[in-house]
Amino acid sequence: MPQETAHINKSIFSPFNVIAGVIIFCGLIVTILRFTGGLGAVTNLDDNNPWGIWIGFDLLCGVALAAGGYVTSAACYIFGLKRYHSAVRPAILTAFLGYALVVMALHYDVGRPWRLPYPIFLSPGTTSLLYEVGLCVFLYLTVLFIEFSPATLEWLGLKKIRNLVVRLTLVLTIFGVILSTLHQSSLGALYMIAPSKLHPLWYSSYLPVFFFVSSVFAGLSMVIFEGSLAHRHLHHKMDETHLKESEGVALGFGKAAAFVMMGYVGVKLIGIAMDNNWHYLATGWGFWFLVELIGFVVMPAFMYAVAARERNLRLVRWASALAVLGVVLNRLNISVVAFNWHLPSADRYFPSWMEIAISLFVVTLGVVIYRFVTTRMPIFYEHPDYEHK
Amino acid sequence: MGISRRQFLGWIGAASAGATAVNRAEAASNKQFGGYPDSFGILHDTTRCIGCRKCEEACNKVNKLPVPEQPFDNLSVLDESRRTRPDAYTVVNRFMKKDSQLPVFVKKQCNHCLEPACASACFVRALRKARTGAVIYDASLCVGCRYCMVACPFNIPTYEYNEPLTPRVTKCTMCHPRIEKGLLPGCVEICPKEALAFGPRERLVKIARRRIEKYPNAYIDHIYGEQEMGGTSWMTISGTPFSEIGMREDLGNQTASSFTAGPLAAVPVVVALWPVLLTGIYAISKRKDKIADEERIDAIARTVADAGEEMKVKVAEMKESMAKEKAAAINLEVKRALEDAAKEAAEAQQASEETGSETPKEED
Repeated sequence: MPQETAHINKSIFSPFNVIAGVIIFCGLIVTILRFTGGLGAVTNLDDNNPWGIWIGFDLLCGVALAAGGYVTSAACYIFGLKRYHSAVRPAILTAFLGYALVVMALHYDVGRPWRLPYPIFLSPGTTSLLYEVGLCVFLYLTVLFIEFSPATLEWLGLKKIRNLVVRLTLVLTIFGVILSTLHQSSLGALYMIAPSKLHPLWYSSYLPVFFFVSSVFAGLSMVIFEGSLAHRHLHHKMDETHLKESEGVALGFGKAAAFVMMGYVGVKLIGIAMDNNWHYLATGWGFWFLVELIGFVVMPAFMYAVAARERNLRLVRWASALAVLGVVLNRLNISVVAFNWHLPSADRYFPSWMEIAISLFVVTLGVVIYRFVTTRMPIFYEHPDYEHK
Repeated sequence: MGISRRQFLGWIGAASAGATAVNRAEAASNKQFGGYPDSFGILHDTTRCIGCRKCEEACNKVNKLPVPEQPFDNLSVLDESRRTRPDAYTVVNRFMKKDSQLPVFVKKQCNHCLEPACASACFVRALRKARTGAVIYDASLCVGCRYCMVACPFNIPTYEYNEPLTPRVTKCTMCHPRIEKGLLPGCVEICPKEALAFGPRERLVKIARRRIEKYPNAYIDHIYGEQEMGGTSWMTISGTPFSEIGMREDLGNQTASSFTAGPLAAVPVVVALWPVLLTGIYAISKRKDKIADEERIDAIARTVADAGEEMKVKVAEMKESMAKEKAAAINLEVKRALEDAAKEAAEAQQASEETGSETPKEED
């Protein structure tokens, strides 16, 4: 492997490493401040705005964008679309890292992180949607850990356990889809308890449906987006099957996303119609709502459709970036922008730089670990000992 | 207050007796929970409040909160609108009436919902509605997720943001420990103008109605908290529209838990149906593959079989044609041989005829 040696011999002061290093350093400093001074020392949160971007971005976006794991494995193992097999491992890895980092980020946000097991093991508050989210995320993180473990076990050469785990694939996949359906939708349902605080255009009794459906195309888009980045930077790690199938994965997922996104637009319109909220569309909030829905859902859906028809790989990748941004925008709109919309602007929330630093820190950690794993474990290629099962 | 100690303790007894009755009734479905029977409430009459902040002071003492920078008799604090804070479970705000120079004072604290949004939202059951009517908090369970603050329609719970390791959610307890001891809540006890009245909630509703009926010009015909968010233990009556004194009128009468009942009801549906549906899809896709495989194998076998059949026919045909050819060749040979023989015989005859004279010659 001549490329690998070349890779190792590269200076450790590459632009990527320097930027990642700076962000991680800042993150560690803010971490110290957070756990010595409390949330008040590092965040702009207050009694009117108890949830900021650590929930809106780290939790809501993190979970939505990690949906690629259940979507891809369901497509391959349940729907029998075997031509997407080479996309499963990278997607499971992203999902596992995504959820692990979501849980890590939660430790910053909650007041007493060591009590996070309390709701599950000590005093379950079963009337709370947050309980459902917590339980499902806890279980799904375990499922993802097992689903991902074959790659590590192959890397470590533990053949017997690996073969045992591989036999669980179908059960784990079904379990993963159930748990994902539940907690993806519950994240939206969290906000249903506060109709008096969330702007009516975003508040709907369909919130759980919106969150679940958008998680499907968030997952599909993330697989495409991440695939295009991986192709640029980790091309040498991919085997022939992966390279041969990757175009089909991008175009096929793009086509699927176009359908799901148009379905999502349909449900959103039904949501407005059901609460008869059309008149809000003529306000400033309505404009912002339409920017989100048309600019970041209809647009990428249309791009996906055209790209799938013309087999245009570049367009699929651009569409995926736009769709991912759209999901982030939607989650931030619900959790931060349109939440507490009725409060005077002096009482509204805007994140402090330290909150943003921690969010960047978490994302950077994800990218660094992703690189570490994909350059060592069989993610983009099949391990020679286990090819074709 | 006109409430004797004996009467008060009687209520306590009634509250706990009623509570056991509730336990049995809870099993029945399709019931609306109207609060624990004989649970307590507080009625705040803003027309009587003079904004003296004595209630704030009493609250501060009862709950052993830190002494504030501005003393409680400093009324300039009222110049700005305040909300509850970790060190102030209750605050009094001043509002100016429209078309009048007279101020209206409104006390703000936890309203102690009959079905509290915060308790419904808490994923670790750190908040609960006590039988006394108070919504109480257990710091020993709290994780500090602050979902209760998101859920509260009145923006009441506060959080100790500057506490690095042991932050608590804080709010008015309706002096739950004092009520259990037979004492009045601190703010009610100290109020010099009887702007606060404590008693069984049902009785307070009646008192409020009577006041509104008696002085229809002095009051808005509405008891804030009788129905809001499914009803609250703390209720307010006012002479000024509630939206003008910082109280939202758009909250509706549904309980907070009714908003989340739908998604929670969907959980068992997903858990029960998804495995069946997904296994079904898997089985169908697997069966499709299997049938496709079988059809392919079948087609190959048929092609092979067909090829064998054809070969046999061809071989037979070939054999036949070869046999025919052979026969034809034999016939031809025979014919030729016969012809040859006939020719020879004819030639011999001819020769013998020609040599009829000659032969004797030969015999010579």
